[in-house]
Amino acid sequence: MSQHSFQPDARKRKRDRADKRFKLYGFAAITFALAFLVFFFVDIIGKGLPAFQQAEIQVEVHYNEATMDNYNRGVDREYKTLVSKTWLRLIPNQMRDHPELVGQDRVEWVLAENRVDQFLKGNEGHRLKPKYQKVVNQMFEEGKVRLVFNSGFFSKGDSKLPENAGILASAIGSILVLLLTMLFAVPIGVMTAIYLEEFAPDNKLTQIIEVNINNLAAIPSILYGLLGLAIFINFMGVPRSSALVGGLTLALMTLPVIIIATRAALRAVPDSIREAAYGLGASSLQVVWHHVLPLAMPGILTGSIIGLAQAMGETAPLLIVGMMAYIPEAPGSIFEATTVLPAQIYTWSSESLRAFEERTAAGIMVLLAVLLTLNAVAVKFRNRSENTW
Amino acid sequence: MIYSDLFFWLFGGLIPLGVTAFMVARSKALGSEKDGSRLHSLPGYYGWYAVIWLALPAMLSGIVFSFTHMFGLFSIPAPMLLGAMFTIGGAGLWYGLRHINVDFRAREKVEKVTTGMLVIAASISVLTTLGIVLSVVFESVNFFQAISFWDFITGTKWEPDTAFLIGAGRDTAGMTPPAFGAVPIFAGTFMITAIAMMVAVPVGLFSAIYMSEYASHSARGRLKPMLEILAGIPTVVYGFFAAITVSPLIVQAANALGLEADYTNALAPGLIMGVMIIPFVSSLSDDVITAVPQGLRDGSLALGTTKAETIRHIVLPAALPGIVAAFLLATSRAIGETMIVVMAAGLRPNLTANPLEGITTVTVKIVEALTGDQEFDSAFTQSAFALGFVLLLITLMLNIVSSIVVRKFKQRYE
Repeated sequence: MSQHSFQPDARKRKRDRADKRFKLYGFAAITFALAFLVFFFVDIIGKGLPAFQQAEIQVEVHYNEATMDNYNRGVDREYKTLVSKTWLRLIPNQMRDHPELVGQDRVEWVLAENRVDQFLKGNEGHRLKPKYQKVVNQMFEEGKVRLVFNSGFFSKGDSKLPENAGILASAIGSILVLLLTMLFAVPIGVMTAIYLEEFAPDNKLTQIIEVNINNLAAIPSILYGLLGLAIFINFMGVPRSSALVGGLTLALMTLPVIIIATRAALRAVPDSIREAAYGLGASSLQVVWHHVLPLAMPGILTGSIIGLAQAMGETAPLLIVGMMAYIPEAPGSIFEATTVLPAQIYTWSSESLRAFEERTAAGIMVLLAVLLTLNAVAVKFRNRSENTW
Repeated sequence: MIYSDLFFWLFGGLIPLGVTAFMVARSKALGSEKDGSRLHSLPGYYGWYAVIWLALPAMLSGIVFSFTHMFGLFSIPAPMLLGAMFTIGGAGLWYGLRHINVDFRAREKVEKVTTGMLVIAASISVLTTLGIVLSVVFESVNFFQAISFWDFITGTKWEPDTAFLIGAGRDTAGMTPPAFGAVPIFAGTFMITAIAMMVAVPVGLFSAIYMSEYASHSARGRLKPMLEILAGIPTVVYGFFAAITVSPLIVQAANALGLEADYTNALAPGLIMGVMIIPFVSSLSDDVITAVPQGLRDGSLALGTTKAETIRHIVLPAALPGIVAAFLLATSRAIGETMIVVMAAGLRPNLTANPLEGITTVTVKIVEALTGDQEFDSAFTQSAFALGFVLLLITLMLNIVSSIVVRKFKQRYE
C-alpha cells in the first residue's frame, strides 16, 4: 500500500479552522451562560450571607418607673442610639408581663441598631457617626459587641427598621397563597386534561379549547394581574391584597402549565392498559380513575410541582392585586391583607438603607433554596416515571 | 357572621353531612339486595349518588345567592343563607335517597355527573381567556372614550399627571390637559426587547447547537438542567440583580469609556432579560434541531462537508421554522416581562435610541398606574388597561404566528 499521507491544501485548512471556530462559538455560548450563573450565585450569596448574622450589644438595662414612662430611659444615654428602637419600645411591655423585673438593673445582650450592625460587618455606607464608631470600637475591645446567628430573620415579620425585619410573615403568606393556588389549580387542571385527553370528542369546541390553553400559557403574567384586579376584586368583591385573590390569580396562571403537563403524562400511558381494563368490563371513568391516573401520577406531580414553583416565584400579578403592602404580621385568614416572599423581596429592594439590601439578598437565598428544592423534587419524580416504560 | 365565615360553615357542614349521606345510601342499597337479586352498581356508587344530590343543590343555590349578592339584586343575612343552602341540600338528599333500590343504575348517573364536572373544568380555561380579554377591553373602552385611540398610539408625550386631578374632581382650568401618547413607552419596550434578543438568540442558539450536535450524551444531560436553572430563577430576583449589581457595573464601564449612563439605563434590564430567556431559545431550538432527520446530516457529510458546514447549510435551514418560532415566543416573553424592568428600568418615558439613558416600558407603566392609591376611575389607571390591551394583542399575535410556523415545520418532517 502506498504511504500517501493526505496533505490538506490551504482551502481545506481554512475550512477546518472555520469548523473549529464554529464549535468554539457553541462552547463559548454555553460557557457564557454557565459563567453568568456562577457570577449570579456568588454575587447573591456574597450579598446575602452577612444578613444571617446580627449584631448584639451588651448593655445595662434599667427596669424602673422612669423606663415605664419613657422607654428611652431603659439604657444609659450613650447607648441609646446603639440599641434597636424596636427592642427599646418593648421594655415597658416586658415589665408589665414580668413585674418581678421592676426595680432591677440587669446586664443583657440586646439587639443592636442597623448602623452598628453594618459598621461591624465592615460595609461601606453604614452611616454610623464617628462619635458612635468610637464607642462601638471600644465596646468591641471589651467584648461587649458580638455577631450572632440572626434568628429574628426567620421568626419576625416585616419592619421599617431593618434589624427587626424578617421573612416569617411573608413566608406564611407564600405558603397560604400557594396552598390556595394548589387547591384551585391542581384539581381543575387535572380534570381539564383528563377531559381533553380521554373524553373530548374531536370537534371545533375541543380544538378551540386546545388552542386557547396554548395561548394562555404564553400570556404575560401581568395580564393575569389585570384579570384579578378587574374580575376578582372589582367585580366579585374579593378583598384586595388577600391571600384568596392572590391564590385565585396565581391558580389561573398555573392552570395551563398543569394542563399541558398532565396531558403529556396521560398520553404517555400506553393504550394497552386502557384496552385491558375495557376488556374486563370497566366503564370509561373506571378505566381512567383506576388505571390511567395512577400510572400518570408521577408525571402529573412533576407538572404540578413545576407549575407551583413558578407560581411561588411570581411577583408581577400579585403587585397588581395589591400584595405589596406593608404587612408586619402573618395573616390570620385568607381574607386578610397578606404579602408573599417575592413581594417582600421587591419591597425591601426599594428601601434605601444599606441593611435592607443584605436582607433582600438573604430573602432571595431562601426563595431560591425553596424553588431549587422543589424543582429537584420534580425532576426526581420525572426520572422515576421515565423508568416505568 | 360575615360572608367570609360562610365558606367555612358551608364546607364544615357539608363534609360530615356528605359522609353520613354516603353511609346511609350505601347501606340502604345493600339492604335492598334480596336473594337472587344483585345491585346494578357497586355499593359505593349509591353512596356517591346520595352525596351528589346533597352537595350539588346546596352549592348551586350558594352560587346563585352569591351572584344575586354580587349584582346587588338582593342579599339575605348569612345565617339565613346558610340555612337555606342546607335545607335545599337536605331536600335534594331526600329526593335522591328515594331512588335507591336494587335495579337503580347508580353508576351511570354518577358517571354522567362526573363527566359534566370534567366539561365544566375544561371550560374554566376558556373563561379565563374570556376574563382577561373582557377585563382589559372593558376598561380600555372607557379609556378610549376620553382619549382618542389615534393620539394614544401616535402621541409622543406621556404626561398623565393632571388626569388624577380630573379624576378627583379638582378644577383643572389653566393646566395642560393630560397627554397619553404611548409611543415613547412602546419604544422603550421595543429597545429592551431588542437588547434581550441580541443576548438570548446567539447564546441560546449556539448553546442548542453545541448541546445537540457536539456535546456527548452525558454532558448534554448535565448541561441542560443547569441551563434550565436560569429559567427557574424568579424574575424579581433578576430584577434585584440587574438593579443592584449590573446597573452600577454598566455605569462604571460607561464612565471609564467617557460616556454618560443613567442608573436606570436600558442596558442592564435588557442584558439580564436576555440571560433569562436563553433557556427558552435553547431548549426550543434544541428540540427542533434534534428533530431534523439524521439522513440529511449523513448525506451532507458524505459529500465531504465539514461538520460546521453541515450544521450551517443543512441542519439550520431545515430547522429554521422551529427556530423562528422559538425566537417569536422568546420575544413575546421579553415584551411581557415585568419585574426586571420595574426594578431596573426607569419610570420616565423617554424617546431615545441610546441604551445608556433611562427609559420606561409598557409593563412598568401598568404597574405604576395600578399600585398607587389613585381612584380607580381616573384615566390614569384606565391607561394601564389600554396598555395591557396592546400587550395582549402583541403577545397573542406572536404566539399565533409561532404556532402556525411550528405546524408547518412539523408537517415537513413527520
